[in-house]
Amino acid sequence: MSTLTIDNVSRWFGNVVAVNDVSMTIGPGVTGLLGPNGAGKSTLINMMAGFLPPSNGTVTLDGEPIWQNEETYRKIGLVPERESMYDFLTGREFVLANAELHGLERPVAAAKKALATVEMAQAATRRIDTYSKGMRQRVKMASALVHEPSVLLLDEPFNGMDPRQRMQLMDLLRRMGAEGRTVLFSSHILEEVEQLASHIEVIVAGRHAASGDFRKIRRLMTDRPHRYVVRSSDDRALAAALIADSSTAGIEVDVQEGELRVQAVDFARFTQLLPRVARELDIRLLTVSPSDESLESVFSYLVAA
Amino acid sequence: MTALYHPTVARLTYRALLGRRRTLMLSALPVLLIAISAVVRAVAGADDSTADGLLSGFALATMVPLIGVIAGTGAIGPEIDDGSVIYLLAKPVKRPVIIFTKLLVAIAVTVAFSAIPTLIAGLILNGNSQQIAVAYALAAVVASIAYSAIFLLLGTVTRHAVVCGLIYALVWESVFGNIVPGARTLSVQQWSLALAQWVGDGDVITSDVGLSTAVVLLTAVTCTATWYAGRRLRALTLAGEA
Repeated sequence: MSTLTIDNVSRWFGNVVAVNDVSMTIGPGVTGLLGPNGAGKSTLINMMAGFLPPSNGTVTLDGEPIWQNEETYRKIGLVPERESMYDFLTGREFVLANAELHGLERPVAAAKKALATVEMAQAATRRIDTYSKGMRQRVKMASALVHEPSVLLLDEPFNGMDPRQRMQLMDLLRRMGAEGRTVLFSSHILEEVEQLASHIEVIVAGRHAASGDFRKIRRLMTDRPHRYVVRSSDDRALAAALIADSSTAGIEVDVQEGELRVQAVDFARFTQLLPRVARELDIRLLTVSPSDESLESVFSYLVAA
Repeated sequence: MTALYHPTVARLTYRALLGRRRTLMLSALPVLLIAISAVVRAVAGADDSTADGLLSGFALATMVPLIGVIAGTGAIGPEIDDGSVIYLLAKPVKRPVIIFTKLLVAIAVTVAFSAIPTLIAGLILNGNSQQIAVAYALAAVVASIAYSAIFLLLGTVTRHAVVCGLIYALVWESVFGNIVPGARTLSVQQWSLALAQWVGDGDVITSDVGLSTAVVLLTAVTCTATWYAGRRLRALTLAGEA
Protein backbone atom coordinates (compact mmCIF):
# COMPACT_ATOMS: atom_id res chain seq x y z
CA MET A 1 0.00 0.00 0.00
CA SER A 2 1.43 3.32 -1.05
CA THR A 3 0.31 6.91 -0.84
CA LEU A 4 1.31 9.74 -3.15
CA THR A 5 1.22 13.13 -1.52
CA ILE A 6 1.20 16.35 -3.47
CA ASP A 7 1.62 19.23 -1.09
CA ASN A 8 1.13 22.84 -2.22
CA VAL A 9 2.74 22.07 -5.54
CA SER A 10 3.20 24.66 -8.24
CA ARG A 11 5.13 24.32 -11.45
CA TRP A 12 5.85 27.09 -13.86
CA PHE A 13 7.72 27.20 -17.15
CA GLY A 14 9.10 30.71 -17.54
CA ASN A 15 6.07 32.95 -17.21
CA VAL A 16 3.55 30.19 -17.74
CA VAL A 17 2.04 28.57 -14.68
CA ALA A 18 1.20 24.97 -15.55
CA VAL A 19 0.24 23.79 -12.08
CA ASN A 20 -0.93 26.25 -9.47
CA ASP A 21 -0.77 25.41 -5.76
CA VAL A 22 -2.24 21.92 -5.95
CA SER A 23 -2.54 19.65 -2.92
CA MET A 24 -3.92 16.15 -3.08
CA THR A 25 -3.37 12.73 -1.57
CA ILE A 26 -3.71 9.67 -3.73
CA GLY A 27 -4.10 6.39 -1.95
CA PRO A 28 -4.91 2.77 -2.89
CA GLY A 29 -7.67 2.24 -5.44
CA VAL A 30 -8.25 3.80 -8.83
CA THR A 31 -8.09 7.58 -9.03
CA GLY A 32 -8.92 9.50 -12.18
CA LEU A 33 -7.16 12.76 -12.93
CA LEU A 34 -9.71 14.59 -15.03
CA GLY A 35 -9.27 17.83 -16.92
CA PRO A 36 -9.36 19.38 -20.36
CA ASN A 37 -6.30 19.27 -22.61
CA GLY A 38 -3.60 21.63 -21.41
CA ALA A 39 -4.95 21.71 -17.86
CA GLY A 40 -1.67 20.52 -16.34
CA LYS A 41 -2.43 16.81 -15.98
CA SER A 42 0.76 15.66 -17.70
CA THR A 43 2.82 18.15 -15.73
CA LEU A 44 1.38 16.75 -12.51
CA ILE A 45 1.99 13.15 -13.59
CA ASN A 46 5.55 14.02 -14.65
CA MET A 47 6.15 15.42 -11.18
CA MET A 48 4.66 12.32 -9.56
CA ALA A 49 6.86 10.16 -11.78
CA GLY A 50 10.03 12.06 -10.87
CA PHE A 51 10.61 13.57 -14.29
CA LEU A 52 10.02 17.14 -13.30
CA PRO A 53 10.86 18.94 -10.07
CA PRO A 54 8.07 21.08 -8.63
CA SER A 55 8.88 24.81 -8.69
CA ASN A 56 7.28 25.00 -5.29
CA GLY A 57 5.91 22.46 -2.80
CA THR A 58 6.70 18.76 -2.45
CA VAL A 59 5.75 15.53 -4.17
CA THR A 60 6.39 12.47 -2.04
CA LEU A 61 5.69 8.77 -2.14
CA ASP A 62 5.20 7.30 1.33
CA GLY A 63 7.08 10.27 2.72
CA GLU A 64 10.06 9.95 0.36
CA PRO A 65 10.74 12.64 -2.23
CA ILE A 66 10.43 11.36 -5.80
CA TRP A 67 12.60 13.82 -7.74
CA GLN A 68 16.17 12.51 -8.17
CA ASN A 69 15.45 9.46 -6.06
CA GLU A 70 15.92 6.40 -8.28
CA GLU A 71 15.00 4.00 -5.51
CA THR A 72 11.34 5.11 -5.61
CA TYR A 73 11.01 3.42 -9.01
CA ARG A 74 10.92 0.08 -7.21
CA LYS A 75 7.41 1.11 -6.18
CA ILE A 76 6.32 3.05 -9.28
CA GLY A 77 5.13 1.71 -12.61
CA LEU A 78 4.82 4.36 -15.29
CA VAL A 79 2.85 4.29 -18.54
CA PRO A 80 3.84 7.46 -20.41
CA GLU A 81 1.64 9.07 -23.01
CA ARG A 82 4.36 9.22 -25.64
CA GLU A 83 4.45 6.46 -28.17
CA SER A 84 8.20 6.05 -28.48
CA MET A 85 9.59 2.82 -27.18
CA TYR A 86 12.55 0.74 -28.21
CA ASP A 87 10.83 -0.08 -31.48
CA PHE A 88 13.63 -2.30 -32.73
CA LEU A 89 12.99 -4.80 -29.93
CA THR A 90 10.28 -7.42 -29.78
CA GLY A 91 7.60 -6.99 -27.14
CA ARG A 92 9.19 -9.75 -25.08
CA GLU A 93 12.69 -8.27 -25.32
CA PHE A 94 11.35 -4.89 -24.27
CA VAL A 95 9.50 -6.17 -21.21
CA LEU A 96 12.42 -8.40 -20.30
CA ALA A 97 14.80 -5.42 -20.49
CA ASN A 98 12.48 -3.53 -18.14
CA ALA A 99 12.51 -6.47 -15.72
CA GLU A 100 16.30 -6.63 -15.81
CA LEU A 101 16.63 -2.89 -15.27
CA HIS A 102 14.52 -3.30 -12.15
CA GLY A 103 17.04 -5.88 -10.98
CA LEU A 104 14.37 -8.56 -10.58
CA GLU A 105 15.57 -11.97 -9.48
CA ARG A 106 13.70 -13.89 -12.16
CA PRO A 107 13.31 -11.42 -15.02
CA VAL A 108 12.27 -13.97 -17.65
CA ALA A 109 9.41 -15.29 -15.53
CA ALA A 110 8.35 -11.76 -14.54
CA ALA A 111 8.28 -10.61 -18.17
CA LYS A 112 6.26 -13.65 -19.17
CA LYS A 113 3.75 -13.04 -16.42
CA ALA A 114 3.39 -9.33 -17.25
CA LEU A 115 2.86 -10.07 -20.95
CA ALA A 116 0.23 -12.67 -20.07
CA THR A 117 -1.53 -10.17 -17.81
CA VAL A 118 -2.02 -7.75 -20.70
CA GLU A 119 -2.81 -10.62 -23.11
CA MET A 120 0.19 -9.98 -25.29
CA ALA A 121 1.86 -13.37 -24.94
CA GLN A 122 0.92 -14.29 -28.53
CA ALA A 123 2.38 -11.23 -30.21
CA ALA A 124 5.38 -10.95 -27.88
CA THR A 125 7.84 -12.26 -30.45
CA ARG A 126 6.98 -9.54 -32.97
CA ARG A 127 8.95 -6.32 -33.22
CA ILE A 128 7.31 -3.36 -31.51
CA ASP A 129 7.34 -1.29 -34.71
CA THR A 130 4.84 -3.75 -36.20
CA TYR A 131 2.36 -3.22 -33.33
CA SER A 132 -0.92 -1.36 -33.48
CA LYS A 133 -1.49 1.49 -31.09
CA GLY A 134 -3.50 -0.69 -28.72
CA MET A 135 -0.80 -3.36 -28.71
CA ARG A 136 1.85 -0.75 -27.95
CA GLN A 137 -0.27 0.49 -25.09
CA ARG A 138 -0.53 -3.01 -23.69
CA VAL A 139 3.20 -3.63 -23.94
CA LYS A 140 3.79 -0.32 -22.18
CA MET A 141 1.43 -1.61 -19.47
CA ALA A 142 3.36 -4.88 -19.25
CA SER A 143 6.62 -2.98 -18.85
CA ALA A 144 5.08 -0.90 -16.06
CA LEU A 145 3.68 -3.96 -14.28
CA VAL A 146 6.68 -6.22 -14.56
CA HIS A 147 8.02 -5.41 -11.08
CA GLU A 148 4.54 -5.47 -9.52
CA PRO A 149 4.67 -1.87 -8.35
CA SER A 150 2.42 -0.56 -5.59
CA VAL A 151 1.82 2.63 -7.58
CA LEU A 152 0.78 2.76 -11.22
CA LEU A 153 0.80 6.09 -13.07
CA LEU A 154 -0.84 6.26 -16.50
CA ASP A 155 -0.93 9.34 -18.70
CA GLU A 156 -3.96 9.31 -21.02
CA PRO A 157 -3.87 5.50 -21.30
CA PHE A 158 -7.06 5.18 -23.35
CA ASN A 159 -6.05 7.52 -26.17
CA GLY A 160 -6.35 5.79 -29.48
CA MET A 161 -7.68 2.53 -28.10
CA ASP A 162 -10.65 0.81 -29.64
CA PRO A 163 -13.65 0.07 -27.39
CA ARG A 164 -12.68 -3.53 -26.77
CA GLN A 165 -9.12 -2.67 -25.80
CA ARG A 166 -10.47 0.13 -23.64
CA MET A 167 -12.67 -2.30 -21.74
CA GLN A 168 -9.84 -4.77 -21.27
CA LEU A 169 -7.58 -2.08 -19.89
CA MET A 170 -10.32 -0.82 -17.61
CA ASP A 171 -10.84 -4.33 -16.24
CA LEU A 172 -7.14 -4.65 -15.64
CA LEU A 173 -6.88 -1.31 -13.84
CA ARG A 174 -9.94 -2.12 -11.74
CA ARG A 175 -8.28 -5.36 -10.73
CA MET A 176 -5.07 -3.52 -9.82
CA GLY A 177 -7.04 -1.08 -7.70
CA ALA A 178 -8.92 -3.90 -5.98
CA GLU A 179 -5.60 -5.55 -5.14
CA GLY A 180 -4.75 -2.47 -3.09
CA ARG A 181 -2.45 -0.75 -5.57
CA THR A 182 -2.52 2.99 -5.99
CA VAL A 183 -3.61 3.52 -9.59
CA LEU A 184 -3.73 7.02 -11.05
CA PHE A 185 -4.70 7.73 -14.63
CA SER A 186 -5.32 10.97 -16.46
CA SER A 187 -8.05 11.59 -18.98
CA HIS A 188 -9.94 14.45 -20.56
CA ILE A 189 -13.03 12.33 -21.05
CA LEU A 190 -15.54 12.33 -18.23
CA GLU A 191 -17.19 9.04 -19.20
CA GLU A 192 -13.87 7.21 -19.08
CA VAL A 193 -13.12 8.49 -15.63
CA GLU A 194 -16.64 7.84 -14.44
CA GLN A 195 -16.59 4.22 -15.58
CA LEU A 196 -13.33 3.41 -13.94
CA ALA A 197 -12.35 5.66 -11.09
CA SER A 198 -13.76 5.40 -7.60
CA HIS A 199 -12.18 8.73 -6.83
CA ILE A 200 -11.77 11.73 -9.12
CA GLU A 201 -9.48 14.72 -8.98
CA VAL A 202 -10.38 17.50 -11.40
CA ILE A 203 -7.70 19.86 -12.71
CA VAL A 204 -8.63 22.94 -14.71
CA ALA A 205 -6.12 25.54 -15.92
CA GLY A 206 -3.51 24.27 -13.48
CA ARG A 207 -5.80 24.49 -10.49
CA HIS A 208 -7.32 21.74 -8.39
CA ALA A 209 -10.98 22.28 -9.23
CA ALA A 210 -12.78 19.44 -7.51
CA SER A 211 -12.17 16.23 -5.67
CA GLY A 212 -14.44 13.41 -4.67
CA ASP A 213 -16.28 10.35 -5.90
CA PHE A 214 -17.74 10.35 -9.37
CA ARG A 215 -21.34 10.82 -8.18
CA LYS A 216 -20.44 14.09 -6.55
CA ILE A 217 -18.56 15.29 -9.63
CA ARG A 218 -21.31 14.06 -11.94
CA ARG A 219 -23.93 15.90 -9.95
CA LEU A 220 -21.87 19.07 -10.09
CA MET A 221 -21.62 18.66 -13.81
CA THR A 222 -25.25 17.84 -14.61
CA ASP A 223 -26.77 20.29 -12.15
CA ARG A 224 -25.20 23.26 -13.83
CA PRO A 225 -27.44 25.36 -16.12
CA HIS A 226 -27.40 23.90 -19.64
CA ARG A 227 -27.74 26.12 -22.67
CA TYR A 228 -29.34 24.94 -25.89
CA VAL A 229 -29.90 26.41 -29.29
CA VAL A 230 -33.26 25.29 -30.69
CA ARG A 231 -34.68 25.88 -34.17
CA SER A 232 -38.25 24.84 -34.90
CA SER A 233 -41.23 25.41 -37.18
CA ASP A 234 -42.75 27.84 -34.63
CA ASP A 235 -40.16 29.30 -32.30
CA ARG A 236 -42.45 31.69 -30.47
CA ALA A 237 -45.11 29.10 -29.56
CA LEU A 238 -42.42 26.68 -28.45
CA ALA A 239 -40.78 29.35 -26.32
CA ALA A 240 -44.05 30.13 -24.57
CA ALA A 241 -44.67 26.48 -23.77
CA LEU A 242 -41.13 25.87 -22.54
CA ILE A 243 -40.92 28.88 -20.24
CA ALA A 244 -44.12 27.74 -18.51
CA ASP A 245 -42.19 24.77 -17.13
CA SER A 246 -39.94 25.00 -14.08
CA SER A 247 -37.07 23.23 -15.85
CA THR A 248 -36.21 26.36 -17.82
CA ALA A 249 -34.91 29.61 -16.41
CA GLY A 250 -34.75 31.81 -19.47
CA ILE A 251 -35.46 31.81 -23.19
CA GLU A 252 -34.32 34.31 -25.76
CA VAL A 253 -36.05 34.51 -29.13
CA ASP A 254 -33.49 35.52 -31.68
CA VAL A 255 -35.57 36.71 -34.59
CA GLN A 256 -32.67 37.54 -36.85
CA GLU A 257 -30.99 34.17 -36.54
CA GLY A 258 -34.33 32.40 -36.33
CA GLU A 259 -33.49 30.45 -33.23
CA LEU A 260 -34.25 30.07 -29.53
CA ARG A 261 -31.61 30.20 -26.86
CA VAL A 262 -32.80 28.19 -23.92
CA GLN A 263 -31.29 28.02 -20.47
CA ALA A 264 -32.33 24.83 -18.70
CA VAL A 265 -31.82 24.41 -14.98
CA ASP A 266 -33.16 20.90 -14.61
CA PHE A 267 -31.30 18.92 -17.23
CA ALA A 268 -33.22 15.62 -16.92
CA ARG A 269 -36.63 17.22 -16.85
CA PHE A 270 -35.87 19.52 -19.79
CA THR A 271 -34.71 16.67 -22.02
CA GLN A 272 -38.13 15.05 -21.55
CA LEU A 273 -40.08 18.27 -21.73
CA LEU A 274 -38.81 19.51 -25.07
CA PRO A 275 -39.90 16.61 -27.31
CA ARG A 276 -43.21 16.24 -25.44
CA VAL A 277 -44.14 19.89 -25.85
CA ALA A 278 -43.18 19.85 -29.51
CA ARG A 279 -45.37 16.79 -30.16
CA GLU A 280 -48.35 18.23 -28.29
CA LEU A 281 -48.18 21.56 -30.15
CA ASP A 282 -47.34 19.88 -33.42
CA ILE A 283 -44.14 21.89 -33.77
CA ARG A 284 -41.30 20.43 -35.79
CA LEU A 285 -37.90 20.56 -34.10
CA LEU A 286 -35.25 21.39 -36.69
CA THR A 287 -32.21 21.83 -34.46
CA VAL A 288 -31.54 21.01 -30.84
CA SER A 289 -27.94 21.52 -29.93
CA PRO A 290 -26.26 22.17 -26.62
CA SER A 291 -24.29 25.40 -26.94
CA ASP A 292 -22.01 25.00 -23.96
CA GLU A 293 -21.23 21.31 -23.90
CA SER A 294 -17.56 21.85 -24.58
CA LEU A 295 -15.47 20.34 -21.83
CA GLU A 296 -13.93 23.70 -21.15
CA SER A 297 -17.28 25.24 -20.27
CA VAL A 298 -18.21 22.24 -18.12
CA PHE A 299 -14.90 22.47 -16.33
CA SER A 300 -14.97 26.21 -15.90
CA TYR A 301 -18.39 25.81 -14.33
CA LEU A 302 -16.83 23.30 -11.94
CA VAL A 303 -14.08 25.72 -10.99
CA ALA A 304 -16.65 28.37 -10.19
CA ALA A 305 -18.77 25.90 -8.19
CA MET B 1 24.34 -1.93 -7.81
CA THR B 2 27.92 -0.93 -7.24
CA ALA B 3 29.35 -1.74 -10.66
CA LEU B 4 29.37 1.09 -13.17
CA TYR B 5 28.29 -1.20 -15.98
CA HIS B 6 24.77 -2.46 -16.60
CA PRO B 7 24.53 -5.24 -19.20
CA THR B 8 20.91 -4.44 -20.09
CA VAL B 9 21.70 -0.78 -20.73
CA ALA B 10 24.63 -1.91 -22.87
CA ARG B 11 22.48 -4.34 -24.85
CA LEU B 12 19.82 -1.70 -25.55
CA THR B 13 22.49 0.79 -26.61
CA TYR B 14 24.21 -1.68 -28.93
CA ARG B 15 20.92 -2.62 -30.55
CA ALA B 16 20.05 1.05 -31.06
CA LEU B 17 23.49 1.96 -32.40
CA LEU B 18 23.92 -0.99 -34.69
CA GLY B 19 20.62 -0.78 -36.53
CA ARG B 20 20.89 -1.37 -40.26
CA ARG B 21 21.03 2.28 -41.35
CA ARG B 22 23.48 3.41 -38.73
CA THR B 23 25.76 0.42 -39.36
CA LEU B 24 25.88 1.40 -43.02
CA MET B 25 26.74 4.97 -42.05
CA LEU B 26 29.42 3.75 -39.66
CA SER B 27 30.90 1.43 -42.29
CA ALA B 28 31.14 3.91 -45.15
CA LEU B 29 34.28 5.79 -44.09
CA PRO B 30 36.30 2.76 -42.88
CA VAL B 31 35.53 0.95 -46.13
CA LEU B 32 36.61 4.04 -48.07
CA LEU B 33 39.84 4.32 -46.04
CA ILE B 34 40.78 0.70 -46.62
CA ALA B 35 39.90 0.95 -50.32
CA ILE B 36 42.01 4.10 -50.78
CA SER B 37 44.87 2.48 -48.89
CA ALA B 38 44.75 -0.57 -51.14
CA VAL B 39 44.74 1.61 -54.27
CA VAL B 40 47.58 3.84 -52.98
CA ARG B 41 49.68 0.80 -52.08
CA ALA B 42 49.02 -0.79 -55.46
CA VAL B 43 49.80 2.37 -57.41
CA ALA B 44 52.55 4.05 -55.39
CA GLY B 45 53.98 1.14 -53.39
CA ALA B 46 54.85 1.26 -49.69
CA ASP B 47 55.88 4.72 -48.55
CA ASP B 48 56.07 5.94 -44.97
CA SER B 49 55.24 9.57 -45.58
CA THR B 50 52.25 8.67 -47.79
CA ALA B 51 51.02 6.34 -45.04
CA ASP B 52 51.48 9.10 -42.49
CA GLY B 53 49.64 11.60 -44.68
CA LEU B 54 46.64 9.36 -45.27
CA LEU B 55 46.39 8.08 -41.70
CA SER B 56 46.74 11.51 -40.15
CA GLY B 57 44.86 13.55 -42.76
CA PHE B 58 41.98 11.21 -43.41
CA ALA B 59 41.81 8.57 -40.67
CA LEU B 60 42.62 10.58 -37.58
CA ALA B 61 41.48 14.05 -38.69
CA THR B 62 38.21 13.10 -40.36
CA MET B 63 37.14 9.50 -39.92
CA VAL B 64 37.67 9.06 -36.17
CA PRO B 65 35.79 12.24 -35.14
CA LEU B 66 32.94 11.50 -37.55
CA ILE B 67 32.54 7.93 -36.29
CA GLY B 68 32.79 9.39 -32.79
CA VAL B 69 29.93 11.77 -33.54
CA ILE B 70 27.69 9.01 -34.86
CA ALA B 71 28.45 6.60 -32.01
CA GLY B 72 28.71 9.12 -29.17
CA THR B 73 25.59 11.13 -29.87
CA GLY B 74 23.74 8.04 -31.15
CA ALA B 75 24.31 6.23 -27.86
CA ILE B 76 21.89 8.54 -26.05
CA GLY B 77 20.62 11.42 -28.21
CA PRO B 78 17.82 9.65 -30.08
CA GLU B 79 16.47 8.14 -26.86
CA ILE B 80 16.25 11.55 -25.24
CA ASP B 81 14.77 13.07 -28.41
CA ASP B 82 11.93 10.60 -28.78
CA GLY B 83 11.36 10.21 -25.05
CA SER B 84 12.00 6.46 -24.88
CA VAL B 85 14.78 7.19 -22.38
CA ILE B 86 11.95 7.34 -19.85
CA TYR B 87 11.99 3.54 -19.73
CA LEU B 88 15.66 3.60 -18.72
CA LEU B 89 15.23 6.39 -16.23
CA ALA B 90 12.10 5.10 -14.48
CA LYS B 91 14.24 2.38 -12.96
CA PRO B 92 16.29 2.04 -9.78
CA VAL B 93 19.53 2.40 -11.77
CA LYS B 94 21.99 5.14 -10.86
CA ARG B 95 22.37 7.72 -13.62
CA PRO B 96 26.19 7.54 -13.70
CA VAL B 97 25.83 3.78 -14.34
CA ILE B 98 23.68 4.51 -17.38
CA ILE B 99 26.14 7.10 -18.70
CA PHE B 100 29.22 5.02 -18.05
CA THR B 101 27.71 1.97 -19.72
CA LYS B 102 26.69 4.02 -22.73
CA LEU B 103 30.18 5.52 -22.86
CA LEU B 104 31.76 2.06 -22.93
CA VAL B 105 29.44 1.02 -25.76
CA ALA B 106 30.17 4.21 -27.72
CA ILE B 107 33.91 3.66 -27.25
CA ALA B 108 33.67 0.03 -28.35
CA VAL B 109 31.73 0.99 -31.48
CA THR B 110 34.05 3.89 -32.31
CA VAL B 111 37.13 1.72 -31.84
CA ALA B 112 35.63 -1.05 -33.94
CA PHE B 113 34.73 1.28 -36.79
CA SER B 114 37.74 3.61 -36.65
CA ALA B 115 40.78 2.28 -34.78
CA ILE B 116 40.66 -1.22 -36.25
CA PRO B 117 40.19 0.04 -39.83
CA THR B 118 43.08 2.46 -39.19
CA LEU B 119 45.31 -0.43 -38.18
CA ILE B 120 44.26 -2.44 -41.24
CA ALA B 121 44.81 0.57 -43.52
CA GLY B 122 48.26 1.17 -41.96
CA LEU B 123 49.26 -2.46 -42.49
CA ILE B 124 48.11 -2.27 -46.10
CA LEU B 125 49.91 1.03 -46.72
CA ASN B 126 53.39 0.18 -45.46
CA GLY B 127 53.20 -3.01 -43.41
CA ASN B 128 53.65 -1.16 -40.11
CA SER B 129 57.06 0.17 -41.09
CA GLN B 130 58.31 2.60 -38.41
CA GLN B 131 55.36 1.40 -36.27
CA ILE B 132 53.14 3.82 -38.20
CA ALA B 133 50.12 1.49 -38.35
CA VAL B 134 50.25 0.64 -34.65
CA ALA B 135 50.94 4.26 -33.66
CA TYR B 136 47.94 5.60 -35.55
CA ALA B 137 45.72 2.76 -34.39
CA LEU B 138 46.63 3.60 -30.80
CA ALA B 139 46.00 7.29 -31.44
CA ALA B 140 42.61 6.33 -32.91
CA VAL B 141 41.77 4.28 -29.79
CA VAL B 142 42.65 7.17 -27.50
CA ALA B 143 40.78 9.67 -29.66
CA SER B 144 37.78 7.29 -29.75
CA ILE B 145 37.61 7.38 -25.97
CA ALA B 146 37.75 11.18 -25.77
CA TYR B 147 35.35 11.75 -28.68
CA SER B 148 32.85 9.25 -27.29
CA ALA B 149 32.81 11.07 -23.96
CA ILE B 150 32.51 14.51 -25.57
CA PHE B 151 29.78 13.55 -28.00
CA LEU B 152 27.88 11.52 -25.42
CA LEU B 153 27.79 14.64 -23.29
CA LEU B 154 26.66 16.64 -26.31
CA GLY B 155 23.81 14.13 -26.74
CA THR B 156 22.57 14.93 -23.24
CA VAL B 157 22.95 18.68 -23.66
CA THR B 158 21.35 19.52 -26.98
CA ARG B 159 18.82 18.16 -29.40
CA HIS B 160 21.13 19.24 -32.19
CA ALA B 161 23.96 17.04 -30.97
CA VAL B 162 24.76 15.60 -34.38
CA VAL B 163 25.00 18.99 -36.06
CA CYS B 164 27.07 20.45 -33.21
CA GLY B 165 29.27 17.36 -33.26
CA LEU B 166 29.78 17.61 -37.01
CA ILE B 167 30.67 21.28 -36.75
CA TYR B 168 33.18 20.50 -34.01
CA ALA B 169 34.65 17.53 -35.88
CA LEU B 170 34.86 19.15 -39.29
CA VAL B 171 35.38 22.82 -38.55
CA TRP B 172 37.41 22.76 -35.36
CA GLU B 173 39.40 19.55 -35.72
CA SER B 174 39.88 19.46 -39.48
CA VAL B 175 39.91 23.06 -40.71
CA PHE B 176 40.42 25.47 -37.84
CA GLY B 177 43.13 23.36 -36.25
CA ASN B 178 45.12 23.46 -39.48
CA ILE B 179 44.87 27.23 -39.85
CA VAL B 180 45.09 28.65 -36.34
CA PRO B 181 48.11 27.29 -34.47
CA GLY B 182 46.62 27.93 -31.02
CA ALA B 183 43.53 25.90 -31.79
CA ARG B 184 45.67 22.85 -32.38
CA THR B 185 46.65 22.63 -28.73
CA LEU B 186 42.98 22.25 -27.88
CA SER B 187 42.31 19.43 -30.25
CA VAL B 188 41.67 15.78 -29.47
CA GLN B 189 43.39 15.01 -32.75
CA GLN B 190 46.65 16.65 -31.69
CA TRP B 191 46.54 15.03 -28.26
CA SER B 192 46.17 11.61 -29.78
CA LEU B 193 48.88 12.44 -32.34
CA ALA B 194 51.21 13.07 -29.41
CA LEU B 195 50.69 9.45 -28.40
CA ALA B 196 51.23 8.30 -31.96
CA GLN B 197 54.47 10.27 -32.08
CA TRP B 198 55.62 8.59 -28.90
CA VAL B 199 54.86 5.09 -30.23
CA GLY B 200 56.09 5.60 -33.79
CA ASP B 201 59.76 5.19 -34.75
CA GLY B 202 61.68 7.99 -36.40
CA ASP B 203 60.19 11.42 -36.89
CA VAL B 204 57.48 10.80 -39.46
CA ILE B 205 54.65 11.46 -37.00
CA THR B 206 54.60 14.88 -35.37
CA SER B 207 52.28 16.58 -32.93
CA ASP B 208 52.04 20.16 -31.68
CA VAL B 209 51.43 18.99 -28.14
CA GLY B 210 53.79 17.36 -25.69
CA LEU B 211 53.02 13.82 -24.49
CA SER B 212 52.35 14.66 -20.86
CA THR B 213 50.13 17.62 -21.72
CA ALA B 214 48.23 15.39 -24.12
CA VAL B 215 47.68 12.64 -21.57
CA VAL B 216 46.53 15.10 -18.91
CA LEU B 217 44.14 16.88 -21.27
CA LEU B 218 42.71 13.65 -22.71
CA THR B 219 42.06 12.28 -19.23
CA ALA B 220 40.62 15.54 -17.95
CA VAL B 221 38.27 16.03 -20.92
CA THR B 222 37.06 12.42 -20.86
CA CYS B 223 36.40 12.38 -17.12
CA THR B 224 34.79 15.81 -16.97
CA ALA B 225 32.51 15.13 -19.95
CA THR B 226 31.39 11.80 -18.49
CA TRP B 227 30.78 13.23 -15.04
CA TYR B 228 28.79 16.13 -16.42
CA ALA B 229 26.74 13.87 -18.71
CA GLY B 230 25.74 11.89 -15.63
CA ARG B 231 24.61 15.07 -13.92
CA ARG B 232 22.66 16.15 -16.99
CA LEU B 233 20.86 12.83 -17.09
CA ARG B 234 20.04 13.01 -13.40
CA ALA B 235 18.39 16.39 -13.90
CA LEU B 236 16.65 15.48 -17.16
CA THR B 237 13.09 16.74 -17.18
CA LEU B 238 10.19 15.78 -19.36
CA ALA B 239 7.98 18.80 -19.68
CA GLY B 240 5.08 17.01 -21.37
CA GLU B 241 2.29 18.93 -23.03
CA ALA B 242 1.45 20.72 -19.77
